[in-house]
Amino acid sequence: MTEKVKVRIDGEVIAATAGQTILEVARTNNKYIPALCYMEGLSTVGACRLCMVEVSGVSRLLPACTTPIQEGLAVATTSPQLESYRKMALELLFAERNHVCAVCVSSGHCELQTLAQEHGVTSVRYPYSYPRLSVDTTHPRFVLDHNRCILCSRCVRTCAEVEGAHVWDVAGRGVGSRLVSELQRPWGESTSCTSCGKCVQACPTGAMAEKGWAVEEMTKRRAAVSRLTSMREGE
Amino acid sequence: MDKVRIGTCWLDGCSGCHMSLLDIDEGIVAVLRKADIVFGPLVDAQEWPEGVDVALVEGAVSSQDDLKLAQTLRSRSKIVVALGDCAVTGNVPSMRNGIPRRVLLERIYVEGATTCPGVPTDGVPALLKQAEPLHSAIKVDVHVPGCPPKPNAILMVLTDLLEGREPDLGSKLRFG
Repeated sequence: MTEKVKVRIDGEVIAATAGQTILEVARTNNKYIPALCYMEGLSTVGACRLCMVEVSGVSRLLPACTTPIQEGLAVATTSPQLESYRKMALELLFAERNHVCAVCVSSGHCELQTLAQEHGVTSVRYPYSYPRLSVDTTHPRFVLDHNRCILCSRCVRTCAEVEGAHVWDVAGRGVGSRLVSELQRPWGESTSCTSCGKCVQACPTGAMAEKGWAVEEMTKRRAAVSRLTSMREGE
Repeated sequence: MDKVRIGTCWLDGCSGCHMSLLDIDEGIVAVLRKADIVFGPLVDAQEWPEGVDVALVEGAVSSQDDLKLAQTLRSRSKIVVALGDCAVTGNVPSMRNGIPRRVLLERIYVEGATTCPGVPTDGVPALLKQAEPLHSAIKVDVHVPGCPPKPNAILMVLTDLLEGREPDLGSKLRFG
């Protein structure tokens, strides 16, 4: 039997199940916490830092996606401090790579772009780093543009946990980190890739896309990937 | 009451933001009741005048001329608006930034030329090392992203400024 616990989110008392994370409880109760690296059905990594929340009695901020709930936990999902940090995190993502919305297949359907707009990011106060990055077009059906990658690792986890192929990984450290397929082999030469395309659907930006689409044309079916996991759990 | 003086210019941009400005259609009538456009691609003036109240700047800062004009208009204008993604983020012009200038110019004007190969030097301003957003060169007071910004966003910002309010794009905020 699952243990029930009571938590408070933005003042409202909510009954939840032990073992759930703050983000899961919030989302199932229509409390909005922004997140980029979180995707329903995948393991959590706490990489994007957008879901940071304030927990009473804890002096530092905690990522909602990796923090399990406890009886009596009181969470604030928004505050001036959280909003300022979320804006900062978004701006740093823009500054780190070359996100040119005007020429992106995912413009208008991009989670990074949407979050920036929702959080009132009108400009980026940090100097852009303008790294020179490659675009891998070797796969016959898909393309990987490192300029638009935010290293959320949703593709890595989707491929490893849902498809079971584990083609993707993150290599390097810090700002030098790069998404790699099969130990730095071009995507098209990967022998373990099944060309299922689930990584493309899971990608929150235009970093992974199907070939053949022009600006603003690439829409993604992220729910389809999450649904696969939930159907398997029901087996 | 004196009319508000508006100046507009485009640096490294495509003129799309100015097209969007023209697309405010009859909204321009209400704007011009309260303001005069004293400088811009649509006006004869050759030099950015003194005493401008609102400067609308399209385009990234990409050449020596862009930088000079940006500095001049800053010193002669009260409120500077970065209009559109190029002025706000660098956008498409900044896509050259990973490539050294010499390599870039030779690729286009020498390797890519079918007639008269050679990098032009006469009558064109020198390129800066990188195309940067306007706020990296001068202080910017208002950012209006979009490629181009929607006419209703431009009209809202202009109306707010003419009525002395600080513009808040709210749900009209849009990149790309």
